[in-house]
Parts: sequence; structure tokens; C-alpha cells
Amino acid sequence: MPKLVTGLAAPLPLSNVDTDVIMPKRFLITITREGLAEGTFADLRIDDTGANRPDFVLNKDPWNEATVLVVGDNFGCGSSREHAVWGLNQLGITAIIGTSFAGIFYDNARKNGLTLPIVTPEAHATLMELASGDKGVDILIDIEQLKITAGDFSAPFQMDAATQSSLIKGEDDTLDSLNYSDNIRAYENTLSDAMRVSVLK
Amino acid sequence: MKRTLYDKLVDAHKVCDLPDGDMLIYVDFHIMNEYTSPQAFSGLDVKKLKVWRPEAHLAVIDHVNATKSAEHHDAASQLLIENLEANCTKHDIAFYGLGDKRQGIEHVVVPEQGLVSPGMLIACGDSHTTTYGAFGALGFGIGTSEVEHVLATQTLRYKRLKTMLVEIEGDTAPSVTAKDIIMKVVQVVGAGGANGFAVEFAGPAILAQSMSGRMTICNMAVELGARAALISADEQAWRMSDGRPHGGKFRFDNEEWVSDEGAEFDAVVKISATDIAPLVSWGTSPDQSVPIDGHVPEFDDGKPAKEMAALRRAIDYMGLEAGQAVNSIAIDSAFIGSCTNSRIEDLRAAAKILKNRKVAAGVNAIIVPGSTLTRMQAEAEGLDVIFTDAGFDWRPESGCSMCLAMNNDIAMDGERIASSTNRNFEGRQGRGARTHLMSPAMVAAAAISGRLADVRDFQTEAE
Repeated sequence: MPKLVTGLAAPLPLSNVDTDVIMPKRFLITITREGLAEGTFADLRIDDTGANRPDFVLNKDPWNEATVLVVGDNFGCGSSREHAVWGLNQLGITAIIGTSFAGIFYDNARKNGLTLPIVTPEAHATLMELASGDKGVDILIDIEQLKITAGDFSAPFQMDAATQSSLIKGEDDTLDSLNYSDNIRAYENTLSDAMRVSVLK
Repeated sequence: MKRTLYDKLVDAHKVCDLPDGDMLIYVDFHIMNEYTSPQAFSGLDVKKLKVWRPEAHLAVIDHVNATKSAEHHDAASQLLIENLEANCTKHDIAFYGLGDKRQGIEHVVVPEQGLVSPGMLIACGDSHTTTYGAFGALGFGIGTSEVEHVLATQTLRYKRLKTMLVEIEGDTAPSVTAKDIIMKVVQVVGAGGANGFAVEFAGPAILAQSMSGRMTICNMAVELGARAALISADEQAWRMSDGRPHGGKFRFDNEEWVSDEGAEFDAVVKISATDIAPLVSWGTSPDQSVPIDGHVPEFDDGKPAKEMAALRRAIDYMGLEAGQAVNSIAIDSAFIGSCTNSRIEDLRAAAKILKNRKVAAGVNAIIVPGSTLTRMQAEAEGLDVIFTDAGFDWRPESGCSMCLAMNNDIAMDGERIASSTNRNFEGRQGRGARTHLMSPAMVAAAAISGRLADVRDFQTEAE
């Protein structure tokens, strides 16, 4: 897992972009994680006839090459569907910069190595402006230093230590947590019988 | 030290600290559905892991199943349904599938089966798992990777949230429902206003609610960004599982499950109960709501450009005019259902308005009871007759149905729906569909009127 994430940034200033918009439900009827690039932002990207909507930023030059998004407040709100993150990854998006993200989306992103730097409203406004310029802007995100650079501009970003460490190490949380099996068993031993749920079949 | 209810719940479930700042917390009970669990089970297979404690999980079919009849699923949906059953059989997990009387929307089934009580920690791959806060239990939604984590370890990696107290001061008017209270809170706090917070609801208007009403409030707390919602456990919460299949089978009485008197919260929001009226949403975010006698917002050039653009986009998508009276908005459809409002109490409230009345000509009205047992209870009370006489399509099967349109209840482009659900997002009920959120009684009033309507007009006549 790289400690640096770089790429052309596209502006997506809408607030409250929910996971229904990121991954419409018709793409959710699947038992795998694959094939979700097509569904990502489908209703924003593609019209009824299947043609690209010319007004959507990721369909426009130069942002059709973008791998970083600068987004509005509360991105990823709504449904818990991790398909939204899988789809963004499959579309080639490696980082999303915003002022706030919905909690479940933030955690899902971490589990899949998608970097979500949280910046101040002031830094956000500058990055949005830079990303909106005719030629776009290349952004460099240093996860170790918690710093974003875009041309001459740079700003710190916020990321909790556990997410930062997870993105840097790229470990599998499930396997890593099983290293604490003894702690889990010790906790379970403190539970009375009345505190052990057993669901009727 | 004085602690909030949230902190007590986290403390009681903490297994250990992790070196990177997270902790492991123990999940007492985990619920799964057919659409956010398949990749978690395949993750176990790939990593050659088994389920840590199979008896602590329940799986139900609710998101993709048809509610017009038990059959007729397309191949992809059928695959999801069969895949969950196969995974549960393989891992020895309780499965309430189609044809099982206990089946229904997960968050309706769990309290109905007596599977939630104060002090528990409940996780589920569904954002509306905040519902269980109504019991003084810590419930929250997780992604599929976390579903895999719970299956394999019975724990989650967790970061303690900040705490917010939302206090409703005074008593609400009789026509104000739990749905109106939570829609008001979302309007005041904003759609992302509680990101990073666990929200506790307090005040007489909250504790005056039935458990059903409290569940509606905690259910929609996720629409303000809350990762957890809580209401202190009182006698009613402790007794809710009495007489139900799992009643008396477990008890988490290591704490009282209330915030200590004087415990400090990171944020406090106070809302006067007298400021809450029956509400409807007009836009495409759950915080865009107004009282039923109110208006769609006007364009105000004094507002920042970003806000104006968002306002314009929402009004355009919804096919409305700025400044339009909301009770002039004609509807195509009415939908009563969802984990927010499909319990027996919701059905009774809507039936009270519909009794001896008819749905307006041209309005497609649908009601999907939250679970098979809820439907049977409603039928025993004769509610189905009231709904069908009024012109509602009384669905024989239960599930999420038109709330998120993952089954075949998909609204058409431009179709306008008065809906007892939780999200009015663009495309939520179908591509181009226009959702107006409101209480079940308000949906009934709208169905009769053929437009968004004030439930109080019907109550005055009836009472």
C-alpha cells in the first residue's frame, strides 16, 4: 500500500452525495464484489439511452482521467452498502477529499484502501477551485505526513491514527483481529449465561 | 465519574485496546440480510475462517424479495435469496426466510422476536440499525467487510464517538407523531450534522412515545449522520421482550442503561416541542422538510452560491416551484412501509385515517406490513379490510419493498410518492422518482386527498 496517493483531481461540489447516488440499487443484486465500475455514479454519468451525460464532470476532458475527487460536505451518507466503495475503487478513484464523510462510508473506505482526507473548509475551497480550473490539478496526498499538495498550495488534513495506520500497512483487519483471540475469549468468560444471545432456529 | 449511556455501553463491550488507537468491542447479536452479507461469507471462505459464535447471528430475507407474492423473483434476486440460506446452513446460523412466519424487515423482526433488550450491542449490515437505541441498546450499521469481521471474531474495530444530547423540551401537540419529531431533528441538526456523534434523545416528548415511536426516532437518527442513537432504558424498554419468543432468555442488567445525572455531552441541541408540527419533506435530502401548511423555499439571492445551487437542483429534481404551498403538491402514489414505519402501531394510525374513506382516483396506494407476524396481527384486527376498502393494495408478503426499490416495486421516472419511509434521495425509489417523507397517518391523508394533505383536517372530522 503506497503512503503517497497522487492523481488528477475532479471537482464534485454537491453536498450530501448519498450511496444510492454513488451506487444505484440495480447494481446491488450481486453476490460478488466485481463489475461495479459500471454502476458507479450511473445516474449522474449516463442518460436513459446509455450515452454519457456531457455535463457530468467525469465525462469531461481533462477530468475523465481523474483518480481523485474533491467533494461536497457529508459525502457517502445514507445506506451502508460497501458496494459504493468497491465501485469507486473499480472506477479508478483512489482518494476523495472533503470536509466531512458519513461514518459507515468512511469505515468502508478504510477497509478497501480508499483514502479520505478531511480538510478545513478553507483548504477545501482552494482545492475545489484548483480542481475546477481548465486543466484540472494534480494532487499529492502524503498519508504519513497527513499533508495534501496541489501545485504551490499545500494543507494538512485530518485522519484518525487507526485509519492512517491501516492505509499505510494495508493489513487485513479480520486476520489481524484474530491475533487477539485470547482477549476475546477472556472477555466472553466474563459474561454471565444471561448475556449470551442464542437465536432460536 | 459521571458517564453518558453511550459511554457505559462502549465501556461494557470493550474487549481490549489496539495499538493503533482503535479498540475491539464485543457484538452481542448480529443481524444479516441477503444483499450486504454474500461477500462477507465469501471472504470467510477465501481466508478459510469459521464463524466464531454461530448462535449469536440471525439472517433474514427482506431487501430484494417481492411483496406482491412469494414467487416471481428474477434470477439475480433468487440467487441472493438462495445464497443466504446456503451460507446459513453451512455455518449453522438461524435463518428466517420467505415462507417463515418470523420473516420480515430485519429491524421489525428483531424486536418482534424479543431479540433486543437494554444494554446489548447489536450490529447489522444496514444503516438503520440505529433503531435499537430505542431500548437503551447500542445498535449501528456496518459495511460488508465489517460483517465478515463480526462473523469471524464476534467483535468490531471501533473508535469511540463524540456524544450529542438532543433534548425535546415540553410536550408535543396530539397530532405530532414520532416521525414528525425525528424529521424536525434532522431539519434542525442537518443531514450530516451528527457525523461522528452518538446521539441521545431525551425529554418528556421522547419518553411519552411508545416503543414503536422510539424506534422510529432512533431509526432515522442515521439521517442526521448519527452512527448511534440512544434513548434511556425505562420500564417499557425492559418489558418489551416479555411474552415474545426470546423473552426472558437473556438479560444485560450489569448497568441501569441510562445516562448519569449531570453527565456531560460534547454537544447539546434543544428543540421546543411546540415548534414541531406534522412535517413533509419537499426536497432530496431528509433535512429538507417543512410543516404541511408551509411552502417550498423561495430562492433567496442573499444565500451563498453553493446553497442556491443545491436548492435549485433539489427543486428541479422534485419538479416543484419555489414558494409553492406544499399542500398543493399532487401525488401519483402512496406507500406505507419500511423499517421506519411499518409496525402494527403505524398500520393502526394509518387505518384510523382511512376508515370509511377512499383513496383519491388515480393514486396508486400500497401498504407493505413490516413482517409476516405484523401482517397477521393486522389482519386479526381487521386493518386489512380498512386498507383494501379504502383502495390500498394490501401486500401479502413483507420486506423493504418500495422504500429502496430493490425488489420489483420500482417507481417510474417522475412518479411522485407520499411515503412513510426514511430517505428522499434522488433515485431512491426508482430512477427519477420523487419522494415526500411523512408519517404513516400523513401518507393516508395524502392518499385520500390526491395531494399532500394535513392529517389534522381528518382527525378533527373523525374525533
